[in-house]
Amino acid sequence: MTENKEQPVVQMRSITKRFLDVTANRNINFDIFAGEICALLGENGAGKTTLMNILFGYYTCDQGEIFIKGEKADLSSPKDAIARGVGMIHQHFTLVPSQSVLENIIIGTDSGRGFFLDLRSARDRLLEIQKRFGLQIDPEARVWTLSVGQQQKVEILKSLYREVDILIMDEPTAVLAPSETVELFKTLKHLAEEGRSVVFISHKLNEVMEISDRIVVLREGEVAAERKTGKTDVRELANLMVGRDLLERIEKKRITPGEPVVEIEGLTALNDKGLEAVKNLKLLVRKKEILGVAGVSGNGQTELSEVLFGLREPVKGSIKIGGRLLRAGSPVSAINLGMGRIPEDRIETGLLMELTVEENFILENHVSPGFHRSGLLSFNKIHQFSDHLIRGYGIKTAGRDAAARSLSGGNLQKLILARELSGEPTLVVASQPTRGLDVGAMEYIHKRLLQEKERGAGVIVISEDLDEIFTLCDRIVVMYEGRIMGDVPIGEASREQIGLWMSGVRK
Amino acid sequence: MISIRIVKREPLPGWARILIPIAAIIVTLILSAIPILIAGGKLWKSYYFLFYGALGTRFNLLETFVKASPLIFTGLAVAFAFRAKFWNIGAEGQLLAGALAATWAGIYFTGVPGFMLLPIVMISGFLAGGLWASIPAILKTKLRVDDVVSTLLLNYVMIHIMGALLFGPLQQPGSSWPRSSEIIEAAKYPMLLSKSRFHLGIPLAFIAVLIILFINKKTIFGYQSKAVGVNIKAAHFGGINTTSVILLTALISGGLAGLAGVGELCAIQYRLIKDISPGYGYSGIVIAMLGNLHPVGVLFSSLFFSVIIVGAQTMSRMTGVPYYIAEVIQGMALMVMLVFLLFTEFRIRVLRK
Repeated sequence: MTENKEQPVVQMRSITKRFLDVTANRNINFDIFAGEICALLGENGAGKTTLMNILFGYYTCDQGEIFIKGEKADLSSPKDAIARGVGMIHQHFTLVPSQSVLENIIIGTDSGRGFFLDLRSARDRLLEIQKRFGLQIDPEARVWTLSVGQQQKVEILKSLYREVDILIMDEPTAVLAPSETVELFKTLKHLAEEGRSVVFISHKLNEVMEISDRIVVLREGEVAAERKTGKTDVRELANLMVGRDLLERIEKKRITPGEPVVEIEGLTALNDKGLEAVKNLKLLVRKKEILGVAGVSGNGQTELSEVLFGLREPVKGSIKIGGRLLRAGSPVSAINLGMGRIPEDRIETGLLMELTVEENFILENHVSPGFHRSGLLSFNKIHQFSDHLIRGYGIKTAGRDAAARSLSGGNLQKLILARELSGEPTLVVASQPTRGLDVGAMEYIHKRLLQEKERGAGVIVISEDLDEIFTLCDRIVVMYEGRIMGDVPIGEASREQIGLWMSGVRK
Repeated sequence: MISIRIVKREPLPGWARILIPIAAIIVTLILSAIPILIAGGKLWKSYYFLFYGALGTRFNLLETFVKASPLIFTGLAVAFAFRAKFWNIGAEGQLLAGALAATWAGIYFTGVPGFMLLPIVMISGFLAGGLWASIPAILKTKLRVDDVVSTLLLNYVMIHIMGALLFGPLQQPGSSWPRSSEIIEAAKYPMLLSKSRFHLGIPLAFIAVLIILFINKKTIFGYQSKAVGVNIKAAHFGGINTTSVILLTALISGGLAGLAGVGELCAIQYRLIKDISPGYGYSGIVIAMLGNLHPVGVLFSSLFFSVIIVGAQTMSRMTGVPYYIAEVIQGMALMVMLVFLLFTEFRIRVLRK
């Protein structure tokens, strides 16, 4: 689509940005052309978001120049960027939940006559934009009532309302269901056809291949490569991103499962709204077996994992781990029965972000013998333990005293993994273990989970990512509306069948 | 055109944390020149007498420590609670509870041997403050009652309980004033230095700083209470009994405030009066914030406050600047500190176009 002779609408020249002693962007040249979807690909911490935050005026670069539509731009705030037609939609939306769609869209614009708001003409304009781009949302709906996908549409509308023609989207699909992703892609393509430019920040290779016209790969703050999407493939991109050859396929050893490690019987649990989210569930996982729990999000997987973790009390049913009963609603019981727990909401549930790496390591076992004596923490042992885990799991950090907050997403997940696997658990329950992680971290976590299985643990992987389930698991169950729709060994599983089960169709 | 913007900044190195309170105090003193000048004071003379009054003579210096003792206790109480995100605004009521229990023990426990009485008085003061603080903690953990509101309102409940007792069973026989009888001699804090009011409560306050520092840094409980403060959900996930951690935190916090009351009763007043605290519990909040919730920070900000409080009396006498300037300076110190803390996370950028 893009001709190289064509003048780019955005030129970023020799951009360098440092944060204390970390260089997030080093001497980056990056162009955006009219009418293209350009993917900015890279691992977490490669500098993608930083670069785009500079273009959006959110950060200022230490060195370098930006030209927008041929003019040199000194961007000191997002307002300056928007005035030049650059809009950015972050992963975390900036909407006011209690206000209507229309009110959210006109925030900060001059839509009024003097002192008074002029909602009517704003509404007309919004409806016209909606019609043009097929983004159907009731302007009067309160934002809190909308799904995440709809809220994203509001964000896009907000940008279009401000006449943005260079739209940056930071990992827009991370929060979306598959069907919502399809819709988003349609919208983005429509925008490009109209001559607008889209920058699509992502680390998901398949998506990038599907949506983009051109791909720029960042690695460790520098441009590693630039490719026309038609002239590359997933393997090449993965290698460019990581900077080394990835394993062809993770090796999965065939091991015969042993005795049961977890038996779930008649489990019924309510969700936060008081509705039955898990209904009379029965599951059994054996030693040396990885069970994958697939399903569209919101079908009871979260509640199931919370019950297992001891965070949610079931209304009925029993869970036995290694033959011993799990005390309902007790995280201590789950820990004592030897469950390694990887929560889906790592930062909210699994981590103490303000505390150090070491203080995160000892969250569960600071009361176990060896780590304390008569109420006092034994720091020598704890330091040894922490250094051992940092080395053993290759966690990239300034040291055990660094704040967890300073770690990248992949390293935070490694931190949790190290903590949860350090006690050689008999059962590992991993909920969305690689969501939001880059290829390198994902590969590592998969490898570790497979090692746990070989060691003799039973593993439950709850995931919405079918690729992950197929890569890791020996057996797949599909959850639909709180029940098990189907149960099949990996050898006999087909994607079509699993897909049907996920949508509630029983053959 | 020049435009000014506030932008996020990169995290500050460790030494800045120590420098910031010091800088805040210097800026406070500079800003305090304005009200002093408005009040008609001569600047250098006023500051001279402010510091001379607090530090210039042996007696003044020791008085500064006397004033610091209750402030250290209430400051520690608030800082310790805030660290676990138990928003204890009720140190004032807990201080009164402590003073009340100490009065009761100090008047009626005449049967116990002399050397045993003081420890009993102190323990009952600690427990009374602690138990008073555990009411909002129970309400918070069991019924999710907002702790800011409940701790604050319980201050007034305690003020009225004390008032009722001072006009009732605790009133000094034959007196028509709201005051109790004097506690017996063995219940009084020993004076440690001659010709001064330098009493046992002062070294005790310093020891309390060390103990809290020790609890925070070295003990399982200190770790757990920090974890609860940082992320209660993750602490629960990690198997920490968050309810008992919050309760114990409240007990210790209230107990420290209670000890401030014991000190004022057993070393200064010797009898319970309605005005036993000029708001030490509320000053504790300011001191805890000024000290960045760190025990050593609390120690220094308490000393700074008592310098201002004690010194302002001399300044007022010598220069005619009203004594209330002390409170203005205290308020200013808090605001300057809050602004400085803001600048640890954000910085101002001036752009020329």
